Amino acid sequence: MSGVLASMIDGLLVGAVYGLAAMGLSLIWGVMDVINLTHGAMIALGMFGMYLLFGALASNAYVLLLPVMVAGLLLGIVVYWMSVHRVVGRPMLMSLLSTFAVNMMVIGIGTAIWSTSPYNVNFSLPGITLGAYTFTGNHIAAAIGAVVIALALQLFLYHTRTGKAIRAVADNREAAELMGISTTAVLTIAFGIGIALACTSGALVSTLFPFTILSGGTYQLKSFVVTILAGLGKPFGALVAGVLLGLLEGVVTPFIAVSWIPLIEFGLFVVVLVAFPQGIFGKRATA
Amino acid sequence: MILRRPFFYLILVIAALFVYLPLHGNNVSLREDLILVAIAIILASNLNLMIGYTGYVNFGHIVFYGLGGYVGLYLATVRGWNLVLSALVAGLAVSVCALLFGLLILRLRGAYFALATIGILQAVQAFVSNFDPWGRSTGMYLSFDAYAPLGGAMHALWITYYLIIAVMALSMILSLVIKNSKFGLGLFAIREDEDAAVVLGVNATVYKAIIYSVSAFLPAVAGALMFYKNGMIDPSIAFEYMLSLEGIVMLMLGGQGAVMGAALGAALYEKLRSFLLTSPSLSNFHLVIAGGLLLLVVLFAPGGLMGWLYRIAPRARTVIE
Repeated sequence: MSGVLASMIDGLLVGAVYGLAAMGLSLIWGVMDVINLTHGAMIALGMFGMYLLFGALASNAYVLLLPVMVAGLLLGIVVYWMSVHRVVGRPMLMSLLSTFAVNMMVIGIGTAIWSTSPYNVNFSLPGITLGAYTFTGNHIAAAIGAVVIALALQLFLYHTRTGKAIRAVADNREAAELMGISTTAVLTIAFGIGIALACTSGALVSTLFPFTILSGGTYQLKSFVVTILAGLGKPFGALVAGVLLGLLEGVVTPFIAVSWIPLIEFGLFVVVLVAFPQGIFGKRATA
Repeated sequence: MILRRPFFYLILVIAALFVYLPLHGNNVSLREDLILVAIAIILASNLNLMIGYTGYVNFGHIVFYGLGGYVGLYLATVRGWNLVLSALVAGLAVSVCALLFGLLILRLRGAYFALATIGILQAVQAFVSNFDPWGRSTGMYLSFDAYAPLGGAMHALWITYYLIIAVMALSMILSLVIKNSKFGLGLFAIREDEDAAVVLGVNATVYKAIIYSVSAFLPAVAGALMFYKNGMIDPSIAFEYMLSLEGIVMLMLGGQGAVMGAALGAALYEKLRSFLLTSPSLSNFHLVIAGGLLLLVVLFAPGGLMGWLYRIAPRARTVIE
């Protein structure tokens, strides 16, 4: 029984990171109505960014989150101007395809450089031992990191001028423009922040599990599940939904073969998508 | 009706060329090239029914091909059915399956539908990877004497080739027939404005479910034939996500919505891909180039090659549909 409890706690810790990964997707989706299919590739780039920085500097992995985040922000701005700016406001098919095209390019370049073999970041913090079970320090630190970043994002969106502008554009782009908000600048920043969050979550994941350039795909799908559960543009909703997903994984893992978990997750994904298209924490649709 | 469309005869000419060219001089390597082109055309044409005609993006279209391969190979080996029958039954079974999925996820619109198709693909792949009768993640193999009823392996390869060409021609004819039917007009109406279409009396739910199921049939048949020809199947080959996505690239490149667009895009992309994969310096970058191509098409020429042709020669629309 306590084995299940331990597995649940571990799922909860990892789930916070899922939530962080989903925040980036959810922010971009909510603000510009673009489903960012580069998300998984950006998570993978975050993993490899951490790998390279850690290899070069060998400092504390959590200090390296900051440069990864900044690089992610810049990368996001580049990707926005390259692939998204021309298709914002066009049919969603176009932005799905254009972000997907960037995804293919990133994965292609990544595969050429790193192949698809697994890498890991060899960094570990001392864990906490409770009875027969040990919770690794990395998992605890990653969860704390995810919560801190969610908190920072929440403060940014609700208590700074730029954050309020982002929310205004998400609510109604035309009205925001009439109020003198430069929507292009806001969209660029929001996209950059979304990618920065994806890269940061990738960097955190790289301290937990081995990864390949294709690993981002798994987290992208988990991010979809979390975003659909949470509704759009709510950092804490995403965190809670992420934790729920992690908890679910933790509860099922001791009982069934790991290879069945994707089936359960994607089954859940489709069911939630059909039953709650606005998210469980979202507003009911009026139209 | 369909016999009056000039394009119908063009399809027959294309299919005849596919049959004649490798036969001339018994050119097996050309046949193997053309079979990949034919599969690409089958996948892109049927994907066009969803994306080009109805305006619904299906990221998991490959699921039909893979499931068809599994059902077909299972019937042909474990049950010992003959090839044509097992391919047809595989097609029907997968269509029914698609109808059930469709009724579930076609309540979703636009991007939500597109995401659900990714979920379906992953869920089916996870299921098949754990399904004992289909050999879990190691898949299934065809024993060599399974080819005996068709007169040995060499004959069997030619026979499956002709069958795949037939499925290719049928895919294009199906696209043409639907395009020129009242049903097709209903789909176009859904693509342009689903709410308006519903108000005008198009039963969108039924139309979408039918086209989703129809777009599953021929890819499933092709999957059954192709995996029979290859003699083995496993989940990672059957449900290759990349192939599913490359189907979208083909369609956008050729021009979504046009029958010839799907075929042309598929043929060109397949040629490009085999060139890139075999070239020593570029083989690592085929995804990068494909992605760049897709990005350029989406940003600057959303109509693809056929869109460009229709713009410079509007009368081509009546001949090359």
